Amino acid sequence: MTDFIAASLLLAGVALALVASIGLHRLPDLFSRMHAATKPATLGLVLTLTGVVIGLGDLSAGVKLGVVIIAQFITAPIGAHLIGRSAYAAGTELSPDTLVDKAVSDALGGTTAAPGSESGN
Amino acid sequence: MTVVTTVALGILAIAGGLCLVRLVRKGSVADRIVALDTLLVIVVSGIAVFSVRRGDGVYLDVLVVTALLGFVGTATVARFIDRRGA
Repeated sequence: MTDFIAASLLLAGVALALVASIGLHRLPDLFSRMHAATKPATLGLVLTLTGVVIGLGDLSAGVKLGVVIIAQFITAPIGAHLIGRSAYAAGTELSPDTLVDKAVSDALGGTTAAPGSESGN
Repeated sequence: MTVVTTVALGILAIAGGLCLVRLVRKGSVADRIVALDTLLVIVVSGIAVFSVRRGDGVYLDVLVVTALLGFVGTATVARFIDRRGA
């Protein structure tokens, strides 16, 4: 029974990694791609590593993988934020169907949207 | 269990290949570092699946180091982009 749980967790985590790498290709601009890239780093690893702990069944592996999961939960968002901030500051272009460019609209008092698109919400 | 780990490693290989293709394609530095970060997570998952296949937790220490080094790399490139521009 435990093997079945471990196998399903493992496959779920691995499937998430595949979905993320497909997302890297299909999503229009850098920021949505980053959105896809951080999913496996946190949830994918949680699923995979829990599957590993259940599959191996010894406590020392659980402690090690707990450290990895906590480390990833802290570092993945920070890393993504760092990259997003510096990429935005360096002026990477947004995809044409961006509705609202928050940074610009906040700076300009929240009224204008990204150029060439009506201001939605 | 071995069948499952083989299938999992196969899926990870495909995901890794897609990330490599993403690396080669036209894109800014930030695109490449995002793809590299994903590739690193795939390697970490691969090591985890491999250690299930082996049945012992010998290689799990590698995961801790790799996860943290990945973050250091991403932060360094972010600083690099700040200074040099995309």
